[in-house]
Amino acid sequence: MKSLLKATVAAFALVAAGSAASAADVKACFIYVGPVGDFGWSYQHDQGRLAVEAEFGDKVETAYLESVPEGPDAERAIERFAREGCNIIFTTSFGYMNQTIKVAKKFPDVKFEHATGYKTADNVATYNSKFHQGRYIIGQIAAKQSKTGVAGYIASFPIPEVVAGINAFLLGAQSVNPDFKLKVVWVNTWFDPGKEADAAKALVDQGADIITQHTDSTAPLQVAQERGVHGFGQASDMINFAKDAQYTAIIDDWAPYYVERVQEVLDGTWKSESTWDGLAEGHVVMAPYTNLPEDVAEMAEATEAKIKGGWEPFTGPITKQDGSVAAETGVPLDDGAILGMNWYVQGVDDQLPQ
Amino acid sequence: MFEAVLLTVITAATPLLIAAVGELVVERSGVLNLGVEGMMIMGAVVGFAVANQTGSGALGVVAAIAAGMAMSVLFGFLVLSLVANQVATGLALTILGVGFSGLIGEAFIGVPGLKIPSLYIPGLSDIPFIGPVFFQQDAIVYLGFALVAGVAYTLFRTRIGLVLRAVGDNHASAHALGYSVIKVRFMAVLFGGACAGLAGAYMSLAYTPQWVENMTAGRGWIALALVVFSSWLPLRVVAGAYLFGAVSVLNLHAQAHEMLNIPSQLLSSLPYLATILVLVLISANRRLTLVNTPACLGKPFVPDR
Amino acid sequence: MRLELVKRKERSHKMAMLSPIIAIGLTALAAAIIFAVSGHNPLEGLYKFFVEPLTQQWSLQATIAKATPLVLIGCGLAVCYLSNNWNIGAEGQFIVGALFGSALPILLPDFESGATLPLMLVFGALGGALWALIPAVLKNWFNTNEILTSLMLVYVASLMLDYLVRGPWRDPDGYNFPESRMFSDAATMPDVFGGTMSLSTPITIVIALILAVVLAKTLKGFEIRVMGESPRAGSFAGFSAKRLTLFSFALAGGLAGLAGTMEVSGGLNQLLPTISPGYGFTAIIVAFLGRLNPIGIIIAGFVLALSYIGGEGVQSAMGVSNKIASVIQGLLLFFVLACDTLILYRIRLVSHHAPAGETSHV
Repeated sequence: MKSLLKATVAAFALVAAGSAASAADVKACFIYVGPVGDFGWSYQHDQGRLAVEAEFGDKVETAYLESVPEGPDAERAIERFAREGCNIIFTTSFGYMNQTIKVAKKFPDVKFEHATGYKTADNVATYNSKFHQGRYIIGQIAAKQSKTGVAGYIASFPIPEVVAGINAFLLGAQSVNPDFKLKVVWVNTWFDPGKEADAAKALVDQGADIITQHTDSTAPLQVAQERGVHGFGQASDMINFAKDAQYTAIIDDWAPYYVERVQEVLDGTWKSESTWDGLAEGHVVMAPYTNLPEDVAEMAEATEAKIKGGWEPFTGPITKQDGSVAAETGVPLDDGAILGMNWYVQGVDDQLPQ
Repeated sequence: MFEAVLLTVITAATPLLIAAVGELVVERSGVLNLGVEGMMIMGAVVGFAVANQTGSGALGVVAAIAAGMAMSVLFGFLVLSLVANQVATGLALTILGVGFSGLIGEAFIGVPGLKIPSLYIPGLSDIPFIGPVFFQQDAIVYLGFALVAGVAYTLFRTRIGLVLRAVGDNHASAHALGYSVIKVRFMAVLFGGACAGLAGAYMSLAYTPQWVENMTAGRGWIALALVVFSSWLPLRVVAGAYLFGAVSVLNLHAQAHEMLNIPSQLLSSLPYLATILVLVLISANRRLTLVNTPACLGKPFVPDR
Repeated sequence: MRLELVKRKERSHKMAMLSPIIAIGLTALAAAIIFAVSGHNPLEGLYKFFVEPLTQQWSLQATIAKATPLVLIGCGLAVCYLSNNWNIGAEGQFIVGALFGSALPILLPDFESGATLPLMLVFGALGGALWALIPAVLKNWFNTNEILTSLMLVYVASLMLDYLVRGPWRDPDGYNFPESRMFSDAATMPDVFGGTMSLSTPITIVIALILAVVLAKTLKGFEIRVMGESPRAGSFAGFSAKRLTLFSFALAGGLAGLAGTMEVSGGLNQLLPTISPGYGFTAIIVAFLGRLNPIGIIIAGFVLALSYIGGEGVQSAMGVSNKIASVIQGLLLFFVLACDTLILYRIRLVSHHAPAGETSHV
């Protein structure tokens, strides 16, 4: 018994010693709010991590923690990575903001990257993508393709990013059909396939023949497929779930950004910045335009090219729901107005939850 | 419009109905299994996996039922053979099921699922309104109704049902009469597991044909509430499941219709508040609940010898 | 062959000591098998999971910080469960407690004095207790099943928090993001013992010790145990089941609410749409692992917190799925429950000579 115990302790000691050494130059670590298996937000971030591994091979080691709840658990997870020798840590949910800043103070030599937040420090950069650019395009497609002139929008929570998405979608649609109607349903969840499916059905039943979503599951598209209406993929290309129903998808592609930033850590040129890129930089990617007549696909491609060329979808004239002017003709909204958007444009058939 | 709403309600209610009717039998035998959610999610993942590998929805459903039963064996062994605490064991079953299903399901993320086809009965299915609502559902919906009818009949019209209720109401006298309390309860627990597994299969093969972690999203708990709501009467489970389905679906319709301008969080909490209210109304009627509540619910039984 | 339980004449003290050790041993064995099957070194996995968190100061501190709310909530739940009140809604009581506690620093941010934090803690406990009293009152007056009402109220509580954080209590300077303003220093839980732990930890331990004494040595403790084991006997002794239901729910809710307030004023310093990674549910496991005994709960809370920290360790170092951690937790609970049978019963294997009348029916 005693010798067995000794042997076990010795084995543990060996294991402990063995796992400490690592050959990589840089360790890049990722914290996800959901399971990597959500096939949505966290899944796409993990695709970015895999791209980093593929790009740098043995030079970079990666690690991740999934389903880390926002709050004290997040602080501990971030601190764990900082202590375990991570050189750069990506915290990929808005709710990690204050915890990231807090841990970053304790570890000035570690680089931190916080997604979707607004607080930065010398060693904390922020990054986000202009998803609303993609939403403008799908709004145009929706208006072209809809027979009823009504689209349904399954929304998660009334944060600025979601509100901006709704507005961009409707502005795109109105550029094609000024009378286009948009029905919004708030489901108060990022992820509940059953509830999202029910919301999609309710919207179809109320006359929407285009379904779009700012929630993460593929369920609404499956409903669209079943009911013979159409929709758009969210976060990842969901064509496998709706072969006939998906027109395109707004894909979050974090890979280029992650590769770029890890490269900068390798080169020693990393700086704290606030990155907010979109279609032009390849951080937002449109999936292939399918199930569409040629002219509509061409229109979408033309708009995509225009946005890549630097045109901002939130360019006036924009009228708020209450009738006041948000932007004069030809004047684009500034970044702050888009990032903090808390009003609807005219034509949204909904009251913004306050 | 009404027809469409009704169709949505039927899909929303079916998994609740099936899981609840299974748990009703379990509770009628005097056992409280809080692990419905865990058994359901295991049914969902195994059903999806098998259907995906074999290409057969029917095999998937059978496998899901088997998975639910396997989980319930674990529960039954602990609470019946080893007299472990039922509440704690049920919770452990849920934790285990959620974790284990995630592990099994990792290979099936992002894989499109197989949808169990709806039945089509020439003639009947074409009748306006009645056709789509009653004669164009998938097999599990009908199976759900058959289950309720079967359970209602068996519980109150057969000897097996009599024994089951006797065991749940007074295990000591049932034992004295020579019935094996443990065996009856084990059968009931197995039945509950099978139903939860089937409900899970409905989630991953019919409701939203795909696998994602935690896809049952608390429906197992709602099923538990429905059993109390029904005051342990099978036909009331149907009413409860449809009421709950209707409240949650109408919340979405109300929003899309722009009828109301109240916080969406309040609307989202309506189904839960409604459940509490109905629980209160039903259980306040003491005469009615006392008649139907299994007197030995949650109490362990060890035969003396 | 089949299993047969033979009731012991009295509780086996030897088994009471041994059973958790057997359970942990079995869990370790099962965990090793899971690691091996999923293609990882089982020894390395076990080391990272169960041992490594204890070897470093920061991870030990993290374990204690994680255990603190679990222990505090678990102690309250133990009183409920001992007295046959099945409160499984501690998660909601935790949230409502945090809401009440945060009202002061959010609505009156300029009120900074030595009284701020104590007042917050009192409000927090009050909020949790009030929320817990809803199922208790419904149980007493309407005979409503408290398991379900307390659970339903969890969903309502988390939607309430969501509404407040996205609506009226949103940080006016927060760009409309769903978070409250940050709390002032006066509303922040201080660290003690050279910054190694939050003040919440010693408060929790003191409360657990007081409860241990109350349960073991006082008339109230006697009442709780008697009413749990035999309400009939208790009512002959003049105890009221209804009053005890109110008492135990209020106590459990109060402690959960206190834990909620200490958590937001300590680690978070603000309200977010989600403030609990399921503490209220995990605490149910802690209460049972600790055998509904406050001292046992302190140990159980630590063991469970260890499994979280260790689970993260294996995930980050070995790339093991986080689902494995929850499978191991589930198994641990199963083994503990199974092994606890040994305290009250001896297990006998009997060969197939079932007594007459046993098998013929059904």
